[in-house]
Amino acid sequence: MTGNDMNQRVVVVGGGQAGFEVCSKLRSLGMTGPITLIGDESQPPYQRPPLSKAYLLGKMELERLFFRPLQFYQDEKINLRLECACTGIDRNAKSIALSDGSTLGYDTLVLATGASPIRLPDAIGGDLEHVHYVRTLEDADGMADDFQAGRRALIIGGGYIGLEAAAVASGLGMNVTLVEAADRILQRVAAPETSEYFRELHSRHGVDIREGVMLDRLKGEGGVLTGVLLSDGTELGVDVAVVGIGIRPNQALADAAGVDIDNGIKVDTQCRTSDPDIYAIGDCASFSHGNGRIRLESVGNAIDQAQAAAAVIAGGDRPFCAKPWFWSDQYDVKLQIVGLSTGYDRIVTRKTTEDSISFWYFGGDQLLAVDAMNDPRAYMVAKRLIDNGKSADASAVADPDTDLKTLLN
Amino acid sequence: MAQITYIEHGGIEHVIEVANGLTVMEGARDNNIPGIEADCGGACACSTCHVYVHLDWIEKLPPRDDMEEDMLDFAYEPDRARSRLTCQIKVSAALDGLVVKMPEQQA
Repeated sequence: MTGNDMNQRVVVVGGGQAGFEVCSKLRSLGMTGPITLIGDESQPPYQRPPLSKAYLLGKMELERLFFRPLQFYQDEKINLRLECACTGIDRNAKSIALSDGSTLGYDTLVLATGASPIRLPDAIGGDLEHVHYVRTLEDADGMADDFQAGRRALIIGGGYIGLEAAAVASGLGMNVTLVEAADRILQRVAAPETSEYFRELHSRHGVDIREGVMLDRLKGEGGVLTGVLLSDGTELGVDVAVVGIGIRPNQALADAAGVDIDNGIKVDTQCRTSDPDIYAIGDCASFSHGNGRIRLESVGNAIDQAQAAAAVIAGGDRPFCAKPWFWSDQYDVKLQIVGLSTGYDRIVTRKTTEDSISFWYFGGDQLLAVDAMNDPRAYMVAKRLIDNGKSADASAVADPDTDLKTLLN
Repeated sequence: MAQITYIEHGGIEHVIEVANGLTVMEGARDNNIPGIEADCGGACACSTCHVYVHLDWIEKLPPRDDMEEDMLDFAYEPDRARSRLTCQIKVSAALDGLVVKMPEQQA
């Protein structure tokens, strides 16, 4: 299929942000053929970011998580098959096998299989009751039941998922300890300045952050979590644990079908895999960026890749160009990030008010990324600059009297 | 419940009943109205749910907070008087009759 047949059969595997978005976009581009969206969860496609923020905090109802009500899928003739998993791809027959035993033929297949949390081995307590992972609505509902004032929460991992869970747990009146194996929280994704900002923020809210400390094992009685032994010999009583130690791309289906894999499902600038009839988008897809290949685990990237793939499938040719952006909400702080900081050699700090601060990552003279805390102006200006491949004068950035808009001239 | 009129940039009008407690953005989203993208899902993180509020309604809406003000300043062709982010406007009976118009593009 050359991607210009508007009546072709499109099958999308994975009912997350990317899977929903590509189906919706295909219809808005005028695709008339059958579109099937395969999702292995029981709920229609929903937003994941609130699962570790407003939804977990009890401030957002279930229905508001859904990208669209069920009626949308009927109206748009998107065949939504929930609680259904794809179990195999037959590339010669151009069909997929489903968990209900049936097969489904495709002209174009889109893999939006997402990623899965890295689990703690059962041998160190990963299978104990009250140990939670953060990915699905089911995960969040299980966690919400356990998040009760006065209980002792252990957060394992000081990335954004762990920090957001810690903020919610603390906000609900739990006693929270967070352990991070690296020597600082956010080490993989942010500069020491950002780590320090969030360390201080959480400390102020009573979260006990312990860096450079590993989990030795979780302890349990009768299969139920009771405590933790840390690598420094410390023992703590624990009622609830949340594991946020990273995710791995769901690439097994593609791998088993002989589609090229390279830290995720390998795609070109049109989101095509090594099989021209199969696309991959979102968390599961790895693409060329700079001198290497990356995956981006974010809403923004899921949307961008879904739209790029949809355009190609509908006969267009719009090369995908990553424009990374992220956000996180913790307590009353909104963090907005634009760009990728990899390769930075200098941080420029901009502080305009007591509450607003931003860290600007430079590599040589080139602006690479910005972490903005309660400073949407810094974020929006930096986003314009970085999306357009422009930089900024470091001394102007650092001067709080600079009107950031002048940097766009 | 409030009746809200969403007008696409090209002039197509959508008159929708939106339940109390939802945001004006969610009313558009749930009814698949084009022109409001809301990439971040309503977290006031992306400024892609920007609209121009009809002049009659500006004073009747709760004011913008600092975050919305700053995000709007960098939206596509903002209008100091009429621009709002729809994810920040909660629907109530007081909004019955609200009219908003979408910009040519988001962000």
